[in-house]
Amino acid sequence: MTGRIVHIASNTFREAVRDRVLYNLIAFALLMSGAAILVGQISIEIERLVVINLGLTAVSLFGTVIAIFIGIGLVSKEIERRTLYTVLSRPVRRWEFIVGKFFGLAGTLVVNAFFMAIGVFGALLYVSRHFQRADSWVLVALYFIILEFLIITALALLFSSFSSPLLSAVFAFALFVIGSFAEDLRGFAAMTHGLMRWLATGAAYLVPNFSALNVISSVAHQQAVSRELILYNTAYALIYATMALCGAVLIFEHRNLK
Amino acid sequence: MTAIEILGLEKTYSVGFWRKKPKCALKPLHLRVEEGEIFGFLGPNGAGKTTTLKLLMGLVFPTAGSARILGMEVDDPRMKAQIGFLPEQPYFYDYLTARELLNYYGQLSGVASKERAHKIDEVLQRVGLPEVGGVQLRKFSKGMLQRVGIAQAILHDPKLVFFDEPMSGLDPMGRREVRDLMEQLKQEGKTVFFSTHILSDAEALCDRVAIIHKGELRGVGAVADLTSSVHGKVEIVWQGTTVPSSLRALGAECHVTGDTVRAVLSEANQDSAIEALRRERLRLISVIPVRTSLEDYFVQKLQPSEAVAGVRS
Ligand SMILES: Nc1ncnc2c1ncn2[C@@H]1O[C@H](COP(=O)(O)OP(=O)(O)O)[C@@H](O)[C@H]1O
Ligand SMILES: [Mg+2]
Repeated sequence: MTGRIVHIASNTFREAVRDRVLYNLIAFALLMSGAAILVGQISIEIERLVVINLGLTAVSLFGTVIAIFIGIGLVSKEIERRTLYTVLSRPVRRWEFIVGKFFGLAGTLVVNAFFMAIGVFGALLYVSRHFQRADSWVLVALYFIILEFLIITALALLFSSFSSPLLSAVFAFALFVIGSFAEDLRGFAAMTHGLMRWLATGAAYLVPNFSALNVISSVAHQQAVSRELILYNTAYALIYATMALCGAVLIFEHRNLK
Repeated sequence: MTAIEILGLEKTYSVGFWRKKPKCALKPLHLRVEEGEIFGFLGPNGAGKTTTLKLLMGLVFPTAGSARILGMEVDDPRMKAQIGFLPEQPYFYDYLTARELLNYYGQLSGVASKERAHKIDEVLQRVGLPEVGGVQLRKFSKGMLQRVGIAQAILHDPKLVFFDEPMSGLDPMGRREVRDLMEQLKQEGKTVFFSTHILSDAEALCDRVAIIHKGELRGVGAVADLTSSVHGKVEIVWQGTTVPSSLRALGAECHVTGDTVRAVLSEANQDSAIEALRRERLRLISVIPVRTSLEDYFVQKLQPSEAVAGVRS
C-alpha cells in the first residue's frame, strides 16, 4: 500500500520536473538578485526588511501558483486523457491514487521552496554580510508557507476530483484570496447579528485561514513567533488538508470515469 | 473454473448538461467465460463493448447487477494483480519513455524490482518494440501506442487479460502478430477476453464468442455452432449470358461477366436451380458452397426482427 503511494507520488514529481516546473526558480533567482543589488544601494536600515518581505512573499506566491496550476489537473487531466484506466485496473485503490498525487505535488513544492529558501538566505547574506539570531524566524515563516502549500494542494485536488480544470482554478484562487483575509472575515462576522451572524461565522471558519499562516512581515521586523502559534498552525494545516483530502477521496471513490 | 462471471450487469448513463436524459448503454447482461478460453466480445460500434469492459475494470459503476472475476469482486486488489487490461485507443503518460512507463506499471502491479528490467525487455520484444524502449511516448505513433498498451497488459504475467479492440490502429502485419500473441497466451494457459467489431479477427481465433448489439446480448456460443444455424449459400456458374426467369424467382443474385453468369443463392434452392439450368440446356461450370461465416450470423442477428423473418420465409 505505502509502496504504491510512493510510486504514484514520485511519478507525479517526475511529471512536474519534466514539465519544467522548476524553471520558475530561474525567475525567482533573477528577482532575488535584482532586489538584493537594488536594495543594497538604497539604504542600510531597511534592506533586511525588504529582502525578507519580498523573498518570502515571492516563495509563497510562486508556490501557490504552481500548487494551483498543477493541482487542478492532477485528477481531471488523468480522467480526460484516460491515463487512469491502466493505473486503476492495477492493484491500486482509488484513495491511494489521490494520496499519492497529493504527496507528489507537495514534495515538488517542498523541493521548490527549499531552493528558493537558499536564494532568500543568500540575498540576506549579501545585503547584511552576516546572519543574525532573528533570522531563524525566517525558517518558521518558511515552514508556515509550506503548511499553506499543503492546504492549497489538498483543496486543488478536491476541486480537481469533481470539476473541470478551469472551474477548479477559479475556485482555488478565490479561496486563496478569501483565505488570506480570513481573520478580517472573522472579525466582520462577529459584528453582524442574528442568522447572518451564524452564516458569516460559518463561512469565515470554513475558508482556510491563510492569514494566521502569514508571519512574513512580523518576521521581517525581527519579531519572534510564539510556540503556541507554531503548534496551532501545524495542527490546523494538517487537519484542514486531511479533511480536504478526505473530501477528494470520497468524491473520487464514487466517480464514473469518462 | 470460471474466469469471468457477469450477473445482470447493467449501465444507464445520464447524458445532457441541464436536463439529464437516461441513455441505456448496457441492458442486463449475463455471461460466463471459462478459464483458458479465448473469448470474443463482438458488436458494431456503440454496442456497449467498452462499457462492459469499463464496468469489469471498476472504472465505471453499474446501475444494477454485479460481476466476479477469478472468483473475486471487481474492486479486489488481489484479483487486479492477476489481470491485464488494454483500453480502447490507449494513451499513456507521454513524458515517460516506454521503458519508464512499463517500470512504473510494474511497480504498481507488484512486480519485484529484480525481475522488472528483464520482464520489460521480454515484453517489449514480444510486442515488436525492442528498439524504442528509451523513446518518450509522445513521439509514438498510434500503432506503437497500441503495442505499448498490449505490453503493459501482459507485463506482470496476468492469468486473465482484457483487450478492448486490440487490433485497431495496427497494420495487417500487426494484426497478424496480435492474433498470434493471443494464441500464445492461450497456449500459456491464460484466459483472453477481447472485444472487436471486426469479425474476421474473431472467427479464426475464438473458442467462443458473444454478440452484442445496442447494449443487448444477441447470441453466445462456439463459432461453429453459431454459424451452423445460418442458412448456407452456394455459388453457381454457367456459360452464356442468359438468366432463366425461374432462377430469378428463387432469389438468386446474378452477375454476368463476359460469357459466364455467376449466381449466388440459398443452399436449399440449389437443386431446383440446377434443374432449371438443365431445362434451358445451359452449360454448368461450377457449384461451390459459399463459406458461411460469422459475418452472416452477425448480419442476421443485427437486422431488425422483421427482416430476419423475411430471410427465413
Ligand atoms: N460516458 C458516457 N456517457 C454517455 N453515454 C455513453 C458514455 N459512454 C458510452 N456511452 C454510450 O453507450 C453506448 C455504448 O458505448 P460503448 O460501450 O463505447 O460501445 P462500443 O465499445 O461497443 O463501441 C453508446 O451509445 C455510447 O454513446
Ligand atoms: Mg468500444
